[in-house]
Amino acid sequence: MIDWFTALQIGVAVTGGILAIALGLMGRRPSDLTMAFAGVVALLLIVQLAVTISGPLTGNEPTGSLFEFYIYLISAIFLPVGAGFWALIDRSRWSTVILGVAQLAVAVMLYRMGQIWFIQGV
Amino acid sequence: MTDTKTPSSRRSGAGRVLIAVYVVLALAATGRSFYQLVSKFDQAPLAYSLSALAAVVYVVATIALIARGPIWYRIAQITIGFELAGVLIVGALSLLLPSLFAHPTVWSFFGMGYLFIPLVMPIIGLRWLRKHPENQAV
Repeated sequence: MIDWFTALQIGVAVTGGILAIALGLMGRRPSDLTMAFAGVVALLLIVQLAVTISGPLTGNEPTGSLFEFYIYLISAIFLPVGAGFWALIDRSRWSTVILGVAQLAVAVMLYRMGQIWFIQGV
Repeated sequence: MTDTKTPSSRRSGAGRVLIAVYVVLALAATGRSFYQLVSKFDQAPLAYSLSALAAVVYVVATIALIARGPIWYRIAQITIGFELAGVLIVGALSLLLPSLFAHPTVWSFFGMGYLFIPLVMPIIGLRWLRKHPENQAV
């Protein structure tokens, strides 16, 4: 795990999450903008997966449990992907809110993953 | 028209957000409980058993919110009511008997580790179910 990359991910997820919830409550259907944020969050998580696989091989070891970390990471990847498919099928404003909820959940999980990697075992 | 069949289904409108949040909660509780059972069950068997029970209940509640019919409606009420009882009882016990219950589970300290969402969701869920009763006409 790389600290600035994690901060970037949390920043994007929080921004996209709040934006989608606000637009959804204003009555907007899922748009290119709200979908793009969820897509970028999912993409960044895939990059995080690559970083996590390569990290221990190049000497970037977690201080905490790598096993617990992977449970969070794999679960987190499902959230924006699942919410995105939901938004494609159900074109209502509530799907926009759900896109936001999923991204905020990812942000919390990333924060927790950061704790596991950087703090848990120290 | 499909609208006349299910005028105010619990699955429509904001109910979908409720279901989505329950999916996330079920996922979070299951993932964490799986890790606890596999890697450190012996540290706090009681708390982690409760953690697993909570995860199962969240999964059942999520399915019950999505599924149709009066039986699933009843199951949704029971499981969500059980969650509310769980978060209140385990939350109180985690303060009173920290040696047994002060381990990170979805319910300890009234769901503080989950931004108190486990405390708020069952209240919202039960209110939503009451406002959107299952259509008895069928």
